Amino acid sequence: MTTEIEVAVIGAGPAGLCAAIEASKNGCQTMVFDENAAPGGQLLKQIHKFFGSKDHKASKRGFEIGFELQEEAINIGVNINPESTVFGIFENNVLGVLKDGKAQAIKAKQIVISTGASENAIAFSGWTLPGVMGAGAVQTMVNLHRVLPGRKVLMVGSGNVGLIVSYQLLQAGAQVVAIIESKEQIGGYEVHSAKIRRVGTPILTSCTIKAAQGLSEVESAIIAAVDQEGVIIPGSEEVIEVDLICLAAGLSPLAELAWMAGCKSVFSSELGGHIPIHDENMKTTMDNIYIAGDISGVEEASTAMEEGRMAGVSVADNLGFLDKTKFNEIKSEINYRLSNLRKGPFGDIRYEAKKQIFKINKKKAR
Amino acid sequence: MTKECDMQPTMRITNHPILGAAQNGKSVRITVNGTTISAIEGEPIAAALLANGIRICRQTEKKNEPRGVFCAIGQCTDCMMTVDGVPNIRTCVTPAREGMRIETSKGIEKGGKFDD
Repeated sequence: MTTEIEVAVIGAGPAGLCAAIEASKNGCQTMVFDENAAPGGQLLKQIHKFFGSKDHKASKRGFEIGFELQEEAINIGVNINPESTVFGIFENNVLGVLKDGKAQAIKAKQIVISTGASENAIAFSGWTLPGVMGAGAVQTMVNLHRVLPGRKVLMVGSGNVGLIVSYQLLQAGAQVVAIIESKEQIGGYEVHSAKIRRVGTPILTSCTIKAAQGLSEVESAIIAAVDQEGVIIPGSEEVIEVDLICLAAGLSPLAELAWMAGCKSVFSSELGGHIPIHDENMKTTMDNIYIAGDISGVEEASTAMEEGRMAGVSVADNLGFLDKTKFNEIKSEINYRLSNLRKGPFGDIRYEAKKQIFKINKKKAR
Repeated sequence: MTKECDMQPTMRITNHPILGAAQNGKSVRITVNGTTISAIEGEPIAAALLANGIRICRQTEKKNEPRGVFCAIGQCTDCMMTVDGVPNIRTCVTPAREGMRIETSKGIEKGGKFDD
């Protein structure tokens, strides 16, 4: 038997929760599905304070924002289903949902896919050894489950994730031996790198990992200097004793469900890979299917929340719950906040990349 | 044979400058390849293993290479193990329960829930 609902949101991270809040607030019967035990997505492992404006919950820690959104969603009548894996989107907007080992079919008038992103790996000799982990994975273990996967750490990558997770490893009592960065400059914000440097952990630029070594687990790493083309300079190799190697090499959108539903996609290196084509309202090339958050381009939690709100208000409009004036009013408020988030040297690149995607003629898309 | 290994140094973070002291979850016992270790009820099996310094989850089919947790959010399947006789369980998203039997697996094992 197929259950019928108005709005289904897949993924209860910052984007999904905000989409559900906005849809529900505007009158839609809304259900959220998430495969994890608790809603909040990757916010739950963020223990640093967010910055920006009050609109974006600045000075609050990520997990606090996660709890707040969860509470807001429940209070407003959103039906949140944890431990419920959406394994497919089939014809006529039917979701396959796996819960307690049983599959059920749920038909939704409108779908918001907010599945997030997964971490990129880097291939090098020994990269599959236990003890080589994604930086986000280490963050999950350390901050959420409060377990150290190792004591002496090499961080590969100096973007914000690499810097923040390094600092959080230090807070948790691990030793971060070094952060290495293959580019000539540190990738992340100075506010994060300065904290690392104050502790005395070196950030080595123009440096890469050549190998992870160990009999059955990581026991050491070989790092080496690279030239401007990223080629290892012979003779520069150095062995460092570490038991944990964290890879902070960016994220890729988790877009499989959108592909399965027939949404057309485009490749954007600025936004992390293959992403479903979408317009300003977060609508994909399929009617009644919307996306929000990292699946629509890897950015950060604050933009994910705004995109979620945009998707939520758009599905409410689609279902006829809003008049045009009200819809446009809310939309322009969200767009204003989004443009504020996409500023500065990092934000400008994402702003331009997003604009290019909005422009794509759907008929021309693959 | 069941052995005890409570003497191993724990990898748990008991005190944290931001998160404070660890909340005392209910302690349960699970076995890993026959050895009893302690876990906190409801935490992912993989977290319990890491807390006890166990990082190898499985061996690959052809080359017999060790694999462990990589993504910790249920996406990469590198941490799959046999749990209570059921193979190919993602230990990073499966909660630990009292008396669970965890075993290192070899390749993709037959007899899983979705083999048909």
